[in-house]
Amino acid sequence: MTETRTIRVEALTRVEGEGGLHVRLNGTVVEDVQLSIYEPPRFFEGFLRGRPLEEVPDITARICGICPVAYQMSAVHALEQALGVVISPEIRRLRRLLYCGEWIESHGLHMHLLQAPDFFNAASGIELAARFPNEVTRGLKLKKQGNELLEVLGGRAIHPINVAVGGFYRAPKKDELRKLIPGFEWGLQAAIDATRWVAGFDFPDFERPYEMISVSHPDEYPMNEGRVVSTSGLSIDVSEYETAFAEHHVAHSTALHSLRTTGQTSYHVGPLARVNLNREKLCDTARRVADEVGFKSPCFNPFQAIIARGLEVIHAFDEALSILREYQPFSPSRIAWKHRSGEGCAATEAPRGLIYHRYQVDEAGKVVLAKIVPPTSQNQRQIELDLIDWLPRIMGTDDQKTADECERLIRSYDPCISCSTHFLKLTVDRVTASVGGTR
Amino acid sequence: MTDTVRKRPRLAVFKFASCDGCQLSLLDCEDELLAVADAVQIAYFPEASSRMEPGPYDVTLVEGSITTPHDAHRIQEVRRISRTIVTIGACATAGGIQSLKNWANHEDYLRCVYARPEFISTLATSTPIADHIKVDFELRGCPVNRHQLLEVLGALVNGRRPRLPSHSVCLDCKRKGTVCVEVAQGIPCLGPVTHSGCGAICPSYDRGCYGCFGPAAQCNCESLTNQYLDSGTNIETLLPLLRNFNAAAPEFREASNRLEETAQERGNKR
Repeated sequence: MTETRTIRVEALTRVEGEGGLHVRLNGTVVEDVQLSIYEPPRFFEGFLRGRPLEEVPDITARICGICPVAYQMSAVHALEQALGVVISPEIRRLRRLLYCGEWIESHGLHMHLLQAPDFFNAASGIELAARFPNEVTRGLKLKKQGNELLEVLGGRAIHPINVAVGGFYRAPKKDELRKLIPGFEWGLQAAIDATRWVAGFDFPDFERPYEMISVSHPDEYPMNEGRVVSTSGLSIDVSEYETAFAEHHVAHSTALHSLRTTGQTSYHVGPLARVNLNREKLCDTARRVADEVGFKSPCFNPFQAIIARGLEVIHAFDEALSILREYQPFSPSRIAWKHRSGEGCAATEAPRGLIYHRYQVDEAGKVVLAKIVPPTSQNQRQIELDLIDWLPRIMGTDDQKTADECERLIRSYDPCISCSTHFLKLTVDRVTASVGGTR
Repeated sequence: MTDTVRKRPRLAVFKFASCDGCQLSLLDCEDELLAVADAVQIAYFPEASSRMEPGPYDVTLVEGSITTPHDAHRIQEVRRISRTIVTIGACATAGGIQSLKNWANHEDYLRCVYARPEFISTLATSTPIADHIKVDFELRGCPVNRHQLLEVLGALVNGRRPRLPSHSVCLDCKRKGTVCVEVAQGIPCLGPVTHSGCGAICPSYDRGCYGCFGPAAQCNCESLTNQYLDSGTNIETLLPLLRNFNAAAPEFREASNRLEETAQERGNKR
């Protein structure tokens, strides 16, 4: 007879949002894992319909306070395709610069305040700072450089206001960007040191047979443009995204699960996927550090995503510096365009993985249809499958410890839970008799 | 000093329907974060710490709006265990962008996003926290300004009222010396009716204010919208401008509803 043993955790912490985890055990065999997402649905795709398309970058930014630029970038590229707008090389460079700011800010936060504490049994980055004051302070300062860039170029760090369909409302003045250079020169070295630090952490010996997916571009590290490729040989144009991937609605989550259409299999997006698929496109410094710290190629250990984040922060500082140094003000900051009916889609790389948008617009400039696939809905099934593999290795008699280890794995994905999700409780059904939980 | 000689206020941060951006503002105080963590005891802040201590709390920050039956119940519990409650951001103070569903058919939205609407439990409305419980202080903005957030925390730790301006963004532009985008370029701008706090960013980037800090004290939305209509701005431009991140704030709500009525009257006359 199966008796239910329940372990409950108040909230999955150091992620953005709440949700729960339900584990079904038969003896020592994990039969099923359900990652439940309780984030109250906010219906962005619903209320975007009928809105003026000019507002889309402002509105979709509000899906996520941690990666608003990712939503803005996917939105403007998809809408520009629908409108037949071709942006200038200057605008393209500034958009990459803006994305560098977000990667630095978001990765800096996750590396130092969210994931690093896991390797030292600390409850928070603040607790970690008591043991590693220099490293955590450096991490905060590093993250601050990203935010300062977002403030200058975007107007503010959270929900930037300067991103427009066609370009930017205003191109920055030369001095505004030049004054960031000393901080970024410091940041490049700090990012190298931070990556060396995290690469020295004690990682669990855990690898998974992932199909990893990312954008890939022949000439540059992927951000705003490229084909969608995978470690299993997939290589498609972004317009074919919805034939290769489809979302499914499961009862236990307000976030949709995205799976490969062939075989209904899960896949993995994020910094590990990007580095694995585009390592040779990283800047020289990042590649050198990757070799120096012995970062495997490809790496299939989800916990080591923290090293991939470090490498991407190095790349972001390096690329941002070259854009900052060469910047000359230009005009127009925004390519002129006219309303017309059309449809467009785009995939860009949010800090936590590929993000896909598709829009239909009408001749009056209103949104007819919006489809948004955030990174976390793509990783959600993969996280569940990882946990099925991970649980037997860490399952002990101490339920709190088991829950902590599950959280640790989930956290390594840097799930952007407010995009969809809320973690809350872990329940374990198992064959052994035991006591009830704490809630 | 240790806790035995200095009693630090216990801080909690709770999230409802939101994007996390306002609580992230606290983690974005890179220069002050460790000092804040020293001045207050962070007792409950799941986004930042796995150590979650039970209430009661001295200062509770609440982000997000109420959109589900479960959250309508949960906010009552948060009130019960909190001495002072500060709501942070447009979702918590006005219902946020998700309050657009207050004007729409909620079932349509559900079907539009979810293949299996029966799996989802939500209310037909998104409402601010103050519609459900007594709130001690409201901090505006989508997102909040982190300097204002620090001012509020500093004030509460020291037992004084926060000092925050309630004038309009328009005045901030004058102070900054930003050329008026409405006067010079004819761009519709909500600066004259929007609460100060962002630093008047948008006009300094050549675009009109879109009201993300909500209505200013004693704002006259009717006068402003009439002025814009008289000068040739169409309702289709003004209506979504007033009906976005603070759509359900009473002054903006009434103004957008009035514009909608005007549009219908004009349509009927045709």
